[in-house]
Amino acid sequence: MKLRKNIATSETGFIFNPATGDSFAANGLATEILQLLKQDRSPADIKTHLLNRYDVEPRQLEKDWDDLVAQLRDFQLLD
Amino acid sequence: MLPSPVSDSHLPTTDHPKRRCTVAVTGLNAIDSPGPGVAVIRALREAAEFELRVIGLSYEALEPGIYLHDLVDKTYQLPYPSAGTQVLLERLREIHEREGLDVIIPNFDAELPNFARLVPRLEALGIRTFLPTLGQLEARDKLNLRAFGEEHGLLVPRQRPLHRADELAAAAEQLGYPLVVKGKFYDATVAHTLEQARQAFHQLSAKWGLPVIAQEFVPGHEINVAALGDGQGGTLSAVPMRKLYITDKGKAWAGITLEDETLLQLARRFVQGTRWRGGCELELMRAADGRLYVLEINPRFPAWIYLTAAAGQNQPAALLRLALGLPVEPWTTYAVGRMFIRYAWDLITDNHEFHQISALGEL
Repeated sequence: MKLRKNIATSETGFIFNPATGDSFAANGLATEILQLLKQDRSPADIKTHLLNRYDVEPRQLEKDWDDLVAQLRDFQLLD
Repeated sequence: MLPSPVSDSHLPTTDHPKRRCTVAVTGLNAIDSPGPGVAVIRALREAAEFELRVIGLSYEALEPGIYLHDLVDKTYQLPYPSAGTQVLLERLREIHEREGLDVIIPNFDAELPNFARLVPRLEALGIRTFLPTLGQLEARDKLNLRAFGEEHGLLVPRQRPLHRADELAAAAEQLGYPLVVKGKFYDATVAHTLEQARQAFHQLSAKWGLPVIAQEFVPGHEINVAALGDGQGGTLSAVPMRKLYITDKGKAWAGITLEDETLLQLARRFVQGTRWRGGCELELMRAADGRLYVLEINPRFPAWIYLTAAAGQNQPAALLRLALGLPVEPWTTYAVGRMFIRYAWDLITDNHEFHQISALGEL
């Protein structure tokens, strides 16, 4: 899973898709995940990072991850 | 971080002595359905190489640009396009005798054929232009757009010219609802019923004449591209913009520059295919399946043209150079994510100014 190359993200959670002109506001956790994706970290690597950092069950994380990925696809932010 | 604006490096800077130039510009009606003139002038004023005197050319006494004295040095009224080329030429000659016009930049669809016909006579007077030819104007005319698209490999929604209101039912049966009913020069309405379509037909034919055009409705995102052709098939500039806020008249009230090579390729294909000379605007619809439909091709700069200057490609300034016979290098980059947000501003003037332009035809 890769974020499109030209997607602009800011530390405050602002996402801009220059191909469509769409802008989105991400919450803190989504912003952190997007930053990690931009660093070419793999989904497995990012999930491990999140499990270590936050008090979350693996099952819940998988569910939330799938929701996020579906949204990113819907917004045409993934390759 | 968002991309930062690129510098306007293709146009000379203030290191050179400034060129004095008197430019006349039409389209001063910066209203809810705005003409491009004020935006064109704003962009021209930012061209560091010129010391400009800007002459406004107006049709109506309440065109706001007439009263924007920071932008427009002097305004003269012109006869309506329906008066014909000879009357226009006489008026331009009078203005030229007083102002010594170097260049005229017309910005209305309806006036362009008259100006295009006058190009040799204006040149003989020493007035330069950089306009599409009559043939180019005709080729991209709304009525010919479908055939034009087929010839140049551009996707254009199906459409039918209508000369009578009773032709609407057959058009609606062929094209379906919603149906876009468009005026010959300007304005369009999306009709959901035959009654709405009839009403739009009568309004548009009364305002702009016949024929009225019925066009298939394509749902999607509206995207426009402002482009500048060198007349030899080369695209000197192309800047795509997505409308972010659209008025009830279908005009962009806010927009943002996009990064999309397919939009630039489409603009280049149009300019190359027509050897377009001057500014133009491609009005596009990106359908849900990603396909790009050409809804209209306007043969002049759009009202949002200042965004091209703000994004690093000052198209009006480049057109001025072209009109003066100066070289212009093609741009390759622009700032993506640059936005414009239009606003309404109550300009205050005294009624003696209004009386002067109304009674004397100049201010």
